[in-house]
Amino acid sequence: MRDTFVGTSTALLAEDPRTALVLADISAADFAPAARRHPDRVLNVGIREQLMIGVAGGLALTGLRPIVHSYATFLVDRAYEQIKLDLDHQGVGAVLVSVGASYDAARSGRTHQSPGDVALFDTLGRWTVRVPGHPSEVAPLLRSAVAQDGSVYLRLSSQSNTAGHPGADRLRVLRRGTPGAPLVVAVGPVLDATLTAVAALDVTVAYTHTPRPFDTAGLRELAGREVVLVEPYLAGTSARVVADALADRPHRLLGLGVTEVDLHRYGDPADHARWHGLDAAGLCRSITAFLVPGAG
Amino acid sequence: MSVPTTTTEPMASVTPLLTRITGDEKHAPSAHSTLDVLWVLYDRVLATTPATAEDPDRDRFLLSKGHGPAAFYAVLAAKGFIPPEWLDDLAGPDSRLGHHPDRLLVPGVEIGSGSLGHGLGLGVGTALGLRAQGLTNPRVYVLIGDAELDEGANHEAVAYAGAIGLDSVTAIVVDNASATHGWPGGIAGRFTVAGWTAVTVDGRDHEEIFAGLTGHRPGRPHAVVARIGGA
Repeated sequence: MRDTFVGTSTALLAEDPRTALVLADISAADFAPAARRHPDRVLNVGIREQLMIGVAGGLALTGLRPIVHSYATFLVDRAYEQIKLDLDHQGVGAVLVSVGASYDAARSGRTHQSPGDVALFDTLGRWTVRVPGHPSEVAPLLRSAVAQDGSVYLRLSSQSNTAGHPGADRLRVLRRGTPGAPLVVAVGPVLDATLTAVAALDVTVAYTHTPRPFDTAGLRELAGREVVLVEPYLAGTSARVVADALADRPHRLLGLGVTEVDLHRYGDPADHARWHGLDAAGLCRSITAFLVPGAG
Repeated sequence: MSVPTTTTEPMASVTPLLTRITGDEKHAPSAHSTLDVLWVLYDRVLATTPATAEDPDRDRFLLSKGHGPAAFYAVLAAKGFIPPEWLDDLAGPDSRLGHHPDRLLVPGVEIGSGSLGHGLGLGVGTALGLRAQGLTNPRVYVLIGDAELDEGANHEAVAYAGAIGLDSVTAIVVDNASATHGWPGGIAGRFTVAGWTAVTVDGRDHEEIFAGLTGHRPGRPHAVVARIGGA
């Protein structure tokens, strides 16, 4: 996904003189050719993430369309107040593109992980959040983000599904259960594990790479009495959105995702998926226990 | 390039406007410390007027130190950016003028500020955005306070702007000695060590202020430390 991002951003810089890229050293080498061609619009501020967002806000105030990129924890967690004030409060937008989603940087430890990034954007309210589950979804999402003026967070991951669904900004049904069957919504790169987990269950599985704005119309159309959310970031991040959308209906909701626990462990992303119950076996356990009380 | 504008009103015209603003006593010393610098900026330095407040080629003034904006509002009123009547209702439920300015509410205000340490980064980005679009005339002036300089975000901006020689930026540090731990060795040195030019002036002396604000040179960003004695 990062390679696609680099290639597409490099193309956009050439195509649209309104596009600018702001970096804080991360991925700077990948953008060296673009920086040589567009020295005024590829800006590496060094390891200064507060400044990175401040510069993006200033660029946007002059009418440019900044793409801002770093690890999620530095781009979002560290620079949260700059996002809130230097972009949102000024009434300007930007395209924030992160890598290192959740536990992608498992070997680097907690300091390089950010499972809470999407929840942070929920405190700000007006952000579009894109969580591609496959490299083929990245380029169209980036292009549409740069083509508009709003605020877009594009959350890239080293985890990927085997197939892409580039148009899935609304809930896309990938498996249909019997009428009234529980609805399982998978966001981004957790789709494959989710499909494996529910293989033996009578459920409808819908996929999206766009949790904000959440496709609440599609949700109301598809949801029966039980809804399960499987998200690759902090568990329950979309629970409020789903609960609000279904407030007029009796329903039960299970929100699965990364737990808030700092594990103080390394390993690889598959290990962390297992520890957080986001591998197929863990999801199967949680979803079965929720849908079939007593079965677990 | 800054274009000195014709002086049409003496600064005395600001005083009655300033007294119309009430309800912000907490930040009064802060507000008044900036008055002379703001007047010289808007009266003689900034190429921006109510008529050109949206012109891409205008100079930008970013009040980073959003605390105590009474003097800022008064100068904006004196120069016709906002109606003087707005000054009579500071931070009321229907007021456009709060204890910290909001760019979406006040014509001529380039950034909403209040939380310290945001203006210089926004100013650096603004300067880079103008440069990228071939707009080489406008200068970007950012006013910060000596206590605001405590915020680390300023130092990210100072280091970067100096390193790339961003010569369309002028930082103005209004120094009323309010930083808790002070700046041993002086404030100007914090900028010059990072590659800026810097000058320290008497923040009440309009000729010194004017000379400082127009003393930038090619290739380096410029800092003006305006000392306010006895504040």
